[in-house]
This record gives sequence, structure tokens and C-alpha cells, in this order.
Amino acid sequence: MPLIAGVSRGRDMAERASTVRVHDFGEVDLGLSPDQAQAEADRCLQCKKPACVTGCPVGVDIPAFVLAIAEGRFGEARTGILEANLLPAVCGRVCPQETQCEGACVLSGKDRAINIGALERFAADLGGLEGEAPVARAPATGRRVAVVGSGPAGLTAAAELARRGHAVTLYESLHEPGGVLLYGIPEFRLPKAVVREEIERVLALGVELRTNMLVGQSLPVEELLAYDAVFIATGAGLPSFMGIPGEEVNGVYSANEFLTRVNLMHADRFPDSGTPVKRGSRVVVTGGGNVAMDAARVARRLGARVSLVYRRREEDLPARREEVRHAREEGVEFMTCAAPVRILGEPCVTGVECVQMEMCALDESGRPAPRECEGSSFVIDADTVIQAIGTSPNPLLVRLLPGAETGRKGNLVVDEDGRTSIPRVYAGGDIATGAATVILAMGAGKRAAAAIDADLRSGIAP
Amino acid sequence: MYSVVKAEQLADRVHELVVEAPHVARHAKAGQFLIVRVDPDGERIPLTISRAEGDLVRVIFMTIGATTYRLAELRAGDSILDVAGPLGRPSGIPQNATCVVVGGGVGIASCPIIARTLRGAGNRVIGIIGARNADLMILEDEMRQACDELHVTTDDGSMGRHGYAADVLKEVIEAEPVDQVWVIGPAIMMKVTSAVTRPKGIRTWVSLNPIMVDGTGMCGSCRVVVNGETKFACVDGPEFDAHQVDFDRLMQRQRIYPEEEREALERHHASHCGCEPGARHG
Ligand SMILES: Cc1cc2nc3c(=O)[nH]c(=O)nc-3n(C[C@H](O)[C@H](O)[C@H](O)COP(=O)(O)OP(=O)(O)OC[C@H]3O[C@@H](n4cnc5c(N)ncnc54)[C@H](O)[C@@H]3O)c2cc1C
Ligand SMILES: Cc1cc2nc3c(=O)[nH]c(=O)nc-3n(C[C@H](O)[C@H](O)[C@H](O)COP(=O)(O)OP(=O)(O)OC[C@H]3O[C@@H](n4cnc5c(N)ncnc54)[C@H](O)[C@@H]3O)c2cc1C
Ligand code: SF4
Ligand code: SF4
Ligand code: FES
Repeated sequence: MPLIAGVSRGRDMAERASTVRVHDFGEVDLGLSPDQAQAEADRCLQCKKPACVTGCPVGVDIPAFVLAIAEGRFGEARTGILEANLLPAVCGRVCPQETQCEGACVLSGKDRAINIGALERFAADLGGLEGEAPVARAPATGRRVAVVGSGPAGLTAAAELARRGHAVTLYESLHEPGGVLLYGIPEFRLPKAVVREEIERVLALGVELRTNMLVGQSLPVEELLAYDAVFIATGAGLPSFMGIPGEEVNGVYSANEFLTRVNLMHADRFPDSGTPVKRGSRVVVTGGGNVAMDAARVARRLGARVSLVYRRREEDLPARREEVRHAREEGVEFMTCAAPVRILGEPCVTGVECVQMEMCALDESGRPAPRECEGSSFVIDADTVIQAIGTSPNPLLVRLLPGAETGRKGNLVVDEDGRTSIPRVYAGGDIATGAATVILAMGAGKRAAAAIDADLRSGIAP
Repeated sequence: MYSVVKAEQLADRVHELVVEAPHVARHAKAGQFLIVRVDPDGERIPLTISRAEGDLVRVIFMTIGATTYRLAELRAGDSILDVAGPLGRPSGIPQNATCVVVGGGVGIASCPIIARTLRGAGNRVIGIIGARNADLMILEDEMRQACDELHVTTDDGSMGRHGYAADVLKEVIEAEPVDQVWVIGPAIMMKVTSAVTRPKGIRTWVSLNPIMVDGTGMCGSCRVVVNGETKFACVDGPEFDAHQVDFDRLMQRQRIYPEEEREALERHHASHCGCEPGARHG
């Protein structure tokens, strides 16, 4: 099964046919069979200095687990991955492997990179947690650490700190942990059962989870700072709107709202579940990143005709190629070089007025700058509009932290070990970088946990 | 799980729940709200924190849709799956000022905590509470204790004065200099009542109730237009300067899901006995 040109990957997973999968939320990729996995693992050169590992922000020992798969020692493969990564079933599915581990694999130039993501997923998916050896914990240190936010950065830091013997309390403002893994990334790319199972593994280390706690309010900052150390991982959840006329009318959503209603609140099952969402018969999604693809594909599954409006060219779409391909197969119509200028209708959306864009000289991002073509406006009929044009760091807690140094995007400024400008307060993931990726957030959580542990032991922190 | 320690019906379709939720109760301030989710398939709905003492919080709500009817069925000893909060910014409390707190209908629920806090900060507090009729009036005693002076009105004259809260407010601001006013109730009542203080330029606060999901600034469902700018009511509010609020837009956005709400309510009632919704059983 050929993948799109330009992306070289190893043996591919089976996918459910687009005509079938567009009617449900079942997973699109089906994973590798044991035979496929072993054949793919066999191709690995077992490099002495494995380049792939340098591409993995959490340092999974890739050759070792790939060898274990090749030799049929599947359980060992899984145990090996868990040494470095407690969320392998998540990462195997959603890591941008082409720019991480697989992008660094020596085979990626000449041959095809080893399909490390699929192999990791294969090893992780085998069997449930039962029978899995519990991860070892160091003796209790008597130190208390608060972790704020239970997305991938917070989960990873919590696990690493608990492993090192610290008493960890993990605070989450929503009713369930997981962050974007739960409310953002849709079921058909990342089944929630998979996320829940991996979170169980983190909690099994003795991490105390406290949901429904908006830190800064449910737990005042003074009480937060009374912990021996604090790791802030509140993510980049603040949705941006385009600022065009008509955005307040009924039927205009941020991608965050649309996806949260469906993924977290199960609006696809309304009225069996209590939260509604406008299913729409004609949906316009604005934006061209992974979030836009997810929103468009969810809207298709709710039964709408979906157009995705993006202001640059097709080749400039920032989303992963594979997600673009999946979206297209599922019938999402792409309208590139177009930008919305006004949302029409009152009180409900009836359409989106757009203008045609032409591509001019390269801008600082190295892409051609889009410019409006005079008199090119046109209208797309729509009853629902979903804006997926980006998010920025959650300002709520940051604003309340006395003396916190922040960057241009409202992000917390940190050093490479995650230290903020406030003693004993560390941060990582999207709150520090702005919207990025699951694995970068996990890497940040892991580095910060190591720094917190070292600082607590050396007495830098009390 | 959060235990319900008290559940009572206060008036026609108006119910009170007292819930054990220490993380909310200990830090709640006047003007803030919480979000409840009753059971695993439940919607997250915002309710004002009407009182907080020790580990207990009180909410008062009117049954209008599936979730509030479901809440009205809860009894002492039952539990609520999720209670998140306190959410939103607290009311800004002046000192040594004369303040008027106006509550309309179920909006009266929010008033005593604000009145008490204002009075505690050394303000003179005049309360005005209005309901359609005597059967819908709530918290009169509590308001009388919390305020220096209390006016009671009903639209039909069945209790207190015959008329609207806005009429009383007009008289009060004529009778003495007033520094700040709070108006809390249904959107249309807040629109009409806060218009009264505009000519005199009296600082007036309203507590906006758009549809919410997370209540933490993450989705934008709760966006309202204030002074021509988009604000998120859950984190920038819920209290805003009344004279800058686009009430028509607020009311428009409260009506995003009329068909869905009807469907959910019909389903809720169909899954229950034929008694009066929210009625006491045995
Ligand atoms: C739709 C969508 C699709 C994506 N797809 C991919 C993908 O395929 N691959 C990939 O690598 N990345 C993807 N990403 C990006 C990735 O999900 C994020 O970069 C990653 O989740 C960031 O992790 P985090 O732990 O920093 O924050 P988050 O995952 O955002 O978690 C932050 C958590 O903190 C909680 N919180 C916030 N404030 C408080 C507070 N004051 N008190 C308590 N709790 C609080 C939030 O509720 C949330 O649960 C996607 C993002 C979105 C939105
Ligand atoms: C900050 C805030 C504080 C509030 N405090 C109180 C209170 O103390 N007492 C009280 O009775 N009500 C309060 N409300 C309104 C209350 O949240 C709604 O009545 C409730 O969500 C209705 O849910 P339902 O399922 O019963 O009805 P639905 O069938 O969902 O809705 C019926 C009506 O309620 C409105 N509504 C629906 N969902 C929401 C929502 N999530 N938020 C707000 N309005 C909604 C709609 O406009 C609709 O007209 C408050 C709302 C906000 C935003
Ligand atoms: S965690 Fe992600 S980056 Fe690391 S090896 Fe696994 S798939 Fe690659
Ligand atoms: S770089 Fe590629 S071939 Fe080499 S060990 Fe890593 S996965 Fe195997
Ligand atoms: S309710 Fe989601 S941002 Fe306010």
C-alpha cells in the first residue's frame, strides 16, 4: 500500500476503508499483525550508534525493542519501551515519527525508515495491563511535588517523579485526566480506552490524581507554592479566533469547543449523552494544521459535507501529510489559497465570505506570503463554521504566579531543564513552548522531573 | 463523588442543593460559580455558588432542561459525580460605598453572598428582590438579614410591591446617592433593569450566563461581547459592566440548541414516571 510521495516509511499498517470509517469513530489504522511486525523489525540494522534514538525526545531504546520484536520476545519489547516511555500506545499512534525517530533512522534516506511508530504501537497494544511487571519505585523521599495539568507533560513528569520516590499530587481542572489526548485528538486516531489504560499505569505508581481542581482557584497559589516543588503543565488551550465580522453568531465554534463536545463530552452520542453539538449539514473549517484536519474529519463523521479553507497552497498545509491524505479520502474538500473575511447570517450562520489569495514573495517562514486578490470574493454556503487557527498558552495560572517571566506568546519562560524564574517552580510542554507535540511535551516532563529530583536531593530546593 | 447533604424545593421549579465539596467551599468568593456533572453521560452545567460554609456549598437552580430536572431528583445522601470550582472572577468589592443588589427570579440565589460580602467590607447595602409571583420568591429572610434595607416586588402583586425590580431601583437611586449596583437574573431582566442606572452613570454589574462547557477558558463557548470586544465569561467574568454588555447577543447565543434541549428534556421525562417533573416521591 503506497504512502504519499516524499514520506518514506516501512511496512504499513492496514487501514479501514474510507467509505466505511467515515460513518463511525472506530480507529482508522488497524496496527501490524505479528508477522508484519517481525518482518519490519528484521529490517533494522541494529546500529551501534543508533541515530533513531537521538530523534526520540524521551530516549526510547529503539534498537533493543525492535530486536526483541524481531526475535518474537514481544513482552520484553514492551517492558523495554516502558523504561523510557510510559505512554507507548499513545506515542506509537500520534508521534510525528517522520520528524522524530523515523526521520533520524539511517535507513530513511536510501531505503525506507523502520516504521518505529507502528512497532512501538504493536508492542504496546499486546495484552492489557494485566501481567505487566509493575514499574519499580525508589524508596520514599518524603518530598511532596505538585504537578498541574494531566496532559502528556504532566503525566510524564508525575510518573518520573513518583518512580524516584517523591509523593506526587497531579491536579487537573477537567473531570478526567489526559489533556489534549482526551479532549482534542479524536477517537479514530487515538481511542480513549488506550489513553485511559496508559494513564492507569501512571497512577499505579502511586500518583494521587485530583480532578475538578482548577489550580489558582480550587487550590490557591500560596498552597501550591507550599509544595517542595511544582511542575506546571497547563498546556496551550486558549483558542484563537480570527477576529472577522460574524464570529459571534450561532454555529461558529473554536476547534477546541467542537472537539471537546465530541471527544470529552461524547456529543456524537447525543441524546444518549447529555451534551449536544451542531452536526451541521455544510461545515466550513478554517485552518490547515492537524487540529483543522481533526475537526474536519470529526464533522464528516457527524454527517456533514465539509470544506476546509486554507489561505496558502496545498503544499504549504502544516498538517502531517498522512492526516491530509486521510481527510481527503474521507471526502473533506480542500479550498486552498482562500481566506475567510466575514461570516454571514443572523442569528445563525448561513455562509462564509472568502477571498482568493495569491502567493507572493517568500516571508520569514520561508513560505510565499499570501495576498488578497482584489475583487475575488466568493461565498461558501455553511451552517457551521469551525475555526482551527491555533491556540496559545493557558493564561489563567500563569497570571497568578508572582514573578513569573513570560514570553511573547504568554508562555512560561524556562531553561532547558524546565526551571522557571520562580525558585522550585518548573514548567514544560505547551505552556512553555506554545502548541507543539505530545512527545516534546513528554520529553520536557521527563527532563524537568530529573531536574526536580536532582534539585531536591542536592538541597537547592528545600 | 461529592455527597449531597441537603436537597430541598424552595419554590415552584426552584430547588436547593447543599453539596460537600471542600475544594470549592473553602476558596469560594462572592460572584463565582461551579460546574457540575451529575453522572457519566451528563452535561457540564454552571451554577452560581450561592453560599459556602466549611466544606459545604449551596446551589439554587430552576428546572428548565434535562440536567436541571435530573439535579432536582437528587436527595440527601445521593452524590454528584463531578463538582469543579470555584470558577470565574470574584465580584469586585468596594469599601464604604452605598451599593444596591438586585435579584430577579432564580438570580436571587446569587444575591445574599454578594450582599453579605459587601456589608462585611463596610458598605451600606440595599437589596431588591423580584419574582413573577409569591410562589417563585426565594431567600427573602436571608436577604433581609444580609442587607441594611430590603425591597420585595412581584410582577402580579401577590407579595411585596406590585411591579418590577427596575421600578424600585429607579426610586432607590433617586432617593439617595448610590455608588455601585449589581443586577442578577435572566438576561432580559438584567438588560432592562441595568438600563435604569445608565443615565446617572452608576457603575452596574451583571452576571452573565452564556452556555459553557469547560469553564476554564479553553473552548470559547461562553464568549460574550462587552464594549465591542469578545470576552470569555468563564474566565474574564462572569460579572461585567452592564452598560457595555451586548445583551441581545447573549440572548441569541443562549438559544443555540433549542431543538436539542427539547429532545433531551423529552427523553428525560420519558425515562421517568408520569409524575410532575421534579416532584417529591414518597
Ligand atoms: C486537536 C489536536 C490534535 C493534535 N494532534 C497531535 C498529534 O497527532 N501528534 C502530536 O504529537 N501532537 C498533537 N497535538 C498537540 C499535542 O496534543 C499537545 O502538544 C500536547 O498535548 C501538549 O501537552 P501538555 O501536557 O503540554 O498540555 P495539554 O495536553 O494541553 O494538557 C494540559 C492540561 O492541563 C489542564 N489545566 C490547564 N490549566 C489548569 C489549571 N489551572 N489547573 C489544573 N489543570 C489545568 C488542562 O485541562 C489539560 O488537561 C494535537 C493537539 C490538538 C489540539
Ligand atoms: C456562570 C453561570 C451561573 C449560573 N448560575 C445559575 C444558578 O445559580 N441557578 C440557575 O438556575 N441557573 C444558573 N445558570 C444557568 C444554568 O447553567 C442553566 O440553566 C443550565 O445549564 C440549564 O441546563 P439544562 O440541561 O437543565 O437545560 P438545557 O436544556 O441545557 O437549557 C435550557 C436553557 O438553558 C440555557 N443553557 C443551556 N445550557 C447552558 C449552560 N451550560 N450554561 C448556561 N445556560 C445554559 C439555554 O439558553 C437554554 O435556553 C448559570 C449559568 C452560568 C453561565
Ligand atoms: S516515543 Fe515517539 S519519537 Fe520516541 S521512539 Fe516512540 S514513536 Fe518515536
Ligand atoms: S537508526 Fe534505524 S536501522 Fe538504525 S537502529 Fe535505529 S531504527 Fe534500526
Ligand atoms: S466555557 Fe469554555 S471557554 Fe468559557
